[in-house]
Amino acid sequence: MPDLIEKNAPAQAVASAEPKPEKPRSLGLDAWHDLRKRPVFIISAALIVLLIAFAIAPSLFTSVDPRAGDLRLHYLTKPNYLHFFQADWFGYDGQGRSIYARMIYGARASVVVGICVTAGVTVLGGLAGMIAGYYGGWVDTIISRVTDMFFGIPLLLGALVVLNAFTTRTVWSVVFALVALGWTQMTRVMRGSVITVKQADYVTAARALGAGTARIMFKHILPNAIAPVIVVATIALGGYIATEATLSFLGIGLQDPTISWGIDINSAQKVIRTAPFALFFPAGMLSVTVLAFIMLGDAVRDALDPKLR
Amino acid sequence: MAEPILEVRDLVKHYPLTQGILFKKQVGAVKAVDGVSFTLDKGETLGIVGESGCGKSTLAKVLMNLERATAGQVLYKGEDISRLSGPALKAVRRNIQMVFQDPYTSLNPRMTVGDIIGEPFEIHPEVAPKGDRRRAVQDLLDVVGLNPEYINRYPHQFSGGQRQRIGIARGLALKPEIIICDEPVSALDVSVQAQVINLLEKLQTEFELSYMFIAHDLSIVRHISDRVGVMYLGKLVEIGTDAEIYDHATHPYTQALLSAVPVPDPTGREGRERIILSGDIPSPANPPSGCRFRTRCWKAEERCSTEVPLLAVPEVLSGGARHDSACHFAAEREVAAAS
Repeated sequence: MPDLIEKNAPAQAVASAEPKPEKPRSLGLDAWHDLRKRPVFIISAALIVLLIAFAIAPSLFTSVDPRAGDLRLHYLTKPNYLHFFQADWFGYDGQGRSIYARMIYGARASVVVGICVTAGVTVLGGLAGMIAGYYGGWVDTIISRVTDMFFGIPLLLGALVVLNAFTTRTVWSVVFALVALGWTQMTRVMRGSVITVKQADYVTAARALGAGTARIMFKHILPNAIAPVIVVATIALGGYIATEATLSFLGIGLQDPTISWGIDINSAQKVIRTAPFALFFPAGMLSVTVLAFIMLGDAVRDALDPKLR
Repeated sequence: MAEPILEVRDLVKHYPLTQGILFKKQVGAVKAVDGVSFTLDKGETLGIVGESGCGKSTLAKVLMNLERATAGQVLYKGEDISRLSGPALKAVRRNIQMVFQDPYTSLNPRMTVGDIIGEPFEIHPEVAPKGDRRRAVQDLLDVVGLNPEYINRYPHQFSGGQRQRIGIARGLALKPEIIICDEPVSALDVSVQAQVINLLEKLQTEFELSYMFIAHDLSIVRHISDRVGVMYLGKLVEIGTDAEIYDHATHPYTQALLSAVPVPDPTGREGRERIILSGDIPSPANPPSGCRFRTRCWKAEERCSTEVPLLAVPEVLSGGARHDSACHFAAEREVAAAS
């Protein structure tokens, strides 16, 4: 057989003679380039950025105090849709507070709950799933059965029970309740993903080199197993926001004086026939927010799924 | 004869078959490797051939200590490494490395080529001082015939053959003495196979490597190997130099394997005799008694089902056929050999 390595040399010379080799792209960077071109991603990301801006600095968008009520204004003062960004743009609620201002200020509770719950379940559930998937055997059996038990608790019923234990409920008690009940979903996704990645040859190769458990887990398995968890987490984020609003609506989530769309929806539903706008704006905002996160999750999944590339 | 660098004695790997969910009860075992013995000399290439599921890859994993041996010994320079763990095992890993079958799954897609080839140095910092690592990685890329400037690229930017070169560079990084190649070319195109095989041969002379070369392509094994072992259902059935195995095969299974090698010459192919085995390879969980090949062997007699044939030089043989063969009725037979 002729020495074919020698024949390879000219090809390399050509490759290195290229004007300026393109900056190497990691898979993550590839996904980002792909994502940037998707309209769904652009729209949902813009909405989410706006929402986060509401949450961080609501006073930039309205100078009205959302807690200051003037009972004379009440529901009967109709909204003036031409008064852009003014207190009466979307009218006033039952206590004469500006609906527009409350819509802006309500974003904070939703965003904090959404992000904190997602971070909590991803860390907690991800860790549990990683340990279960990596070690297998009886460790896996115990973690999986505990997961099954928690999975069997209906979210709303469970949250009702947990939140009733708190005398004063803040954003953090809602976060606690949702993390305590929601981590199982991430555990299952992570466990399945880790089991798949664990069998890859590059993990075996790392073991053959003498790599320790920590290196294998965090340099080889985690970066390759995290993608489905990110996707599920992004989609679930919208769900957590909706759940917070549901709990607040039912009166077991956030309480006044915390401003939440759920509370506002609850107080507005009694006057739906006389003042439908009082219900429409917080509910619409909630729907748009949930939709934005779900669309973002969808776009991220499409970008990260290697089978579509 | 050169000194043996790796000696395998009666190596056994059984995977237990269990029943029950909570209280597991062993009901049997898959006998993936069942009593394999051979030696690997310094600087030589030992080819291991056999059909799918005969235990070749399991043998490689047990030798690499990726799977614990059920019984038997693996002696590296006289020291049994099959029971080692912790730092002692890590030290041995420096000397025995592996090249994997599938270049598409054996490289971490989230790491750059520099990180992949540099990882051995991070795990064994004593091999290359921190400042020299980039240099060392680029040298390795150069050695395996890749452009050292590719250091920051990711695996998905390379072709299959290039990826396999990266895998080889990673195996070479620790300057091992033994490299176990588990079907290193079977996932590649034929033209690329030749390049990788030539590279492996070049590296062998350059670094005085000993190879254990596992494959199912008989022509490639003959090309690269000094000695060849044939496996069937977890056991070595015949072992000898490549001329002994390819030209003077005495075990019926080896003869059947050789007769199945495609012959590129259409005129010769009509006339040659093909041995067609009936039936499938039996389950390794329940192998036949006595000789494992007897269920498919045309020479099988009463004795084959009661007495396990040992891997030794059969007394009846002479001349070119005097090498180890595990058959009661070992004899040469005229077959068109692979060339």
